Amino acid sequence: MVVSHSQSAALTAAAPMGPPRSLWADARARFFRNRAAVGGLVVLGLVAGFAIFGPFVAQHSIEEINWSILGKVDDAGGPCFLSGPDNEIPPCSETGHWFGTDAQARDLFARTVQGTQISLMVGVVGALIAVLVGTIYGAVSGYFGGRLDNMMMRVVDVLMSVPYMFVLILLLVVFGRSILMLFIGIGLISWLDMARIARGQTLSLRSRDFIEAAIATGVHPFRIILRHIVPNLLGVVIVYATLLVPSMIIYESFISFLGLGVQEPLTSWGALINEGADQMRQGLWMLLIPLAFFVVSLFGFFFVGDGLRDALDPKDR
Amino acid sequence: MTAFILRRLLFAIPVLLILIVLTFVLMYTAPGSPFASDRGVPPAVLANLEREYGLDRPFLAQIGTYIWNIVTQFDFGPSFQYRDQDVNDLIEQGFPVTLTYGFWSFLVAVVVGGTLGVVAAIRQNTWLDYFAVGISIGAQVLPNFVMAPILVLVFTLWLGWLPGGGWQGGQIEYLIMPVIALSTSFMASIARIARASMLEVMTSNFIRTARAKGLPGRTIVLRHALKPALLPVISYLGPAFVGMITGSVVIDLYFSTGGIGQFFVASALNRDYGVMMGITVLLGALTILFNLLVDILYAWIDPKIRY
Amino acid sequence: MTEHLLSVRDLSVSFDTPDGTVSAVNGISLDLAKRDTLAIVGESGSGKTQLAFAMLGLLARNGRSEGSVRIEGQEILNLPEAKLNKVRAERVAMIFQDPMTSLNPYLKIGTQMAEVLQLHLGKSKRAAMEDAARMLDAVRIPDAKRRLGMYPHEFSGGMRQRIMIAMALLCRPALLIADEPTTALDVTVQAQIMELLTEVREEFGTAIILITHDLGIVAGSCERTMVMYGGRVMETGPTDKLFEAPSHPYTLGLLAAVPRLDIPQEDLLTIPGDPPDLLGLSGGCPFTPRCPLAHEPCPQRMPDLVSFDTDRKRACHAAREDVHR
Repeated sequence: MVVSHSQSAALTAAAPMGPPRSLWADARARFFRNRAAVGGLVVLGLVAGFAIFGPFVAQHSIEEINWSILGKVDDAGGPCFLSGPDNEIPPCSETGHWFGTDAQARDLFARTVQGTQISLMVGVVGALIAVLVGTIYGAVSGYFGGRLDNMMMRVVDVLMSVPYMFVLILLLVVFGRSILMLFIGIGLISWLDMARIARGQTLSLRSRDFIEAAIATGVHPFRIILRHIVPNLLGVVIVYATLLVPSMIIYESFISFLGLGVQEPLTSWGALINEGADQMRQGLWMLLIPLAFFVVSLFGFFFVGDGLRDALDPKDR
Repeated sequence: MTAFILRRLLFAIPVLLILIVLTFVLMYTAPGSPFASDRGVPPAVLANLEREYGLDRPFLAQIGTYIWNIVTQFDFGPSFQYRDQDVNDLIEQGFPVTLTYGFWSFLVAVVVGGTLGVVAAIRQNTWLDYFAVGISIGAQVLPNFVMAPILVLVFTLWLGWLPGGGWQGGQIEYLIMPVIALSTSFMASIARIARASMLEVMTSNFIRTARAKGLPGRTIVLRHALKPALLPVISYLGPAFVGMITGSVVIDLYFSTGGIGQFFVASALNRDYGVMMGITVLLGALTILFNLLVDILYAWIDPKIRY
Repeated sequence: MTEHLLSVRDLSVSFDTPDGTVSAVNGISLDLAKRDTLAIVGESGSGKTQLAFAMLGLLARNGRSEGSVRIEGQEILNLPEAKLNKVRAERVAMIFQDPMTSLNPYLKIGTQMAEVLQLHLGKSKRAAMEDAARMLDAVRIPDAKRRLGMYPHEFSGGMRQRIMIAMALLCRPALLIADEPTTALDVTVQAQIMELLTEVREEFGTAIILITHDLGIVAGSCERTMVMYGGRVMETGPTDKLFEAPSHPYTLGLLAAVPRLDIPQEDLLTIPGDPPDLLGLSGGCPFTPRCPLAHEPCPQRMPDLVSFDTDRKRACHAAREDVHR
């Protein structure tokens, strides 16, 4: 590697010598050297495993009410591994409520599994929608440039100054609350940043030789965008998508916290936190367990996202 | 400068119109009558109600009246659920509350976050820097709806220092937890942005020039580095404002502060479209106004922006 | 060795990076008399800029410097910032490679210039502004008074470099270090700036160290030249002798790479290979992998810097007779 002219910056960035590796292999090596990112990945794997295999492990359904506990949840609804002679919590062998029960004496383990599923799904699907819409919008705007670009970016400016959450809630109320609506609505909130990023990247790509060559040989613009521009945006897109997932989860949890998101008996982290917050005087576990899942997973996503950015974005190296 | 402000104001008008039309169309296309609740209202009464609220008129006439009333009388329309209330009453009740804790939250987020970020960058790799970085990473996973219950748990339930909710005209003990809950995540974001941009500025060429000129560190930071380092923070103020307005809904709901967000959630659960639309449009207008102020501030600081 | 303005002894600069320690400068010594002009020439990564940065304590945070740098007898290397600030601008000033980014874009030119005088000479703002205007006049910027109220982006690159030079001269420093002052500029502007530097030296009696990779601009402007490669001195001596009879294969390569108008040339010659990776320098001569005369001792041992012809020095294992065009 040539030590370039902006010495101090370049010197700190001097890469190790060795046989040339592909960009992706290089990035992978860098990612796995980042301990926080690998830790985040492990945590996310565990949480995903919990969401996938949890239903097979759970002893109850999300709706089933444990009538023997109902009415005395405060005393007997705690996580069963806390069961002991000085409390009324029945032992695990009897109930199987590993996370205790919620205020209506339903199994909190089953409900947390199900809430994790919804929250992760909203996060991933929402981020996918946002990334898809944003990348294509940004790539088209940046590629064609000129007046179209100007207009398309103005639209983004306009939409940026709309308090979205209110419109989304309005949408949910008017058209009825459904998970699908939630997915789409949350995804459509967040494509604006992605569009800006994709546009910026496309602008710098467009002046590169291989794009000019494609244009000169008469390749159709949309083919150029799909075959040449979008694949080259992939690095940025992956990083941004990873960082988007936690914001999507936060949005969904926000709406569910207000009681406007997923509907009973279904639940999500936000809904569980909301219920737990109401019950914190009676049973703290109802708040702390979903909160722990929420916080730990979000950390995981942020660390993985930061790790990916450091690994894939040569600028930040 | 005046021309620049006027131009931005002119640009704000269509944005606001789009927002109004969007929300109005949403409401207009809503399936069923806003009055057709579970109570089973007879059709004749329904028709009467719709006539009274002008909902039987053609779309353009409806939206025209709506906009006209907002522009000329600052009237955001009626509530469809409570006959003796309109949106303006709710705004009058709730807005001062939202404004009070919103103002303090914003101030705390910007001042504390900005200072933390800048100082952390100057003292890079010291305990202060690690502290600031730790806080800003930690607070990423502590949005308002997580902060609020944690604060109540600690300060109300365990320590018993602060009341767990209420407003009481905005006395300080009722203000502290809403402000902390609302500002924490934004404070962290601002600290992160300020730190990153300060670090970048401090390695830039013109700071090297300033050092070569023999300027003392204080002068370099205050006169040369601070302005450019704060520009990204200023760009973030707009999104932060939107985020805080959105977050105020959680604050109102959880702390029963009685701000505007409380009415929004109540109307959402009641399907009270009139109130929802009124509040959305009002907050949209505020956002647009705020973004305008941010743009002016930005142009005032950055000499490279021509207006 | 009588009264030297600047005397550098065994100066080394290294950087701690995640991949290991990078040695940018390895034990360099040089002397400079008053009003003297010295060109430090080398490719990117030869350590010439870090050498200058180290003298004024401007290294990046991860940089370390060892050795000795004396200005008029006073040791200045690794001085505490407060003491170093009295040396900077007052006795040694520096101008940089990229005039487009070296001025603060958010402050008026006048403010940036006046603050130097206010700080170092304790002048009032008004007096400082007047001095600044006079200095802008001296570097041939017309309409100086009005220009003081303008921002850097309102000037062209050449103008900005003139402003940088004017700013550097405000306290009448004894030494001006110019780090690639013309690299970012057009060829015609380059000539003007070089001319200005020559005038500055005559008018203010400032000694100049010119750091450049371009031998072409050295010829007319500097009495002595030092050629650096891989953080080490390859050869040093009077510019005209060095040009006439280069004594080091690297100098020869650099000279051949200068485009010339007086001799017909088929192609522009380049030195094959890349500048060295400073991360894993061995004990040998860093130029070995690219040297046409490399032989047995080169990769093992760095040759000593040996004097010859009274005022020249070279560091090469090859015989001097073997180095010719």
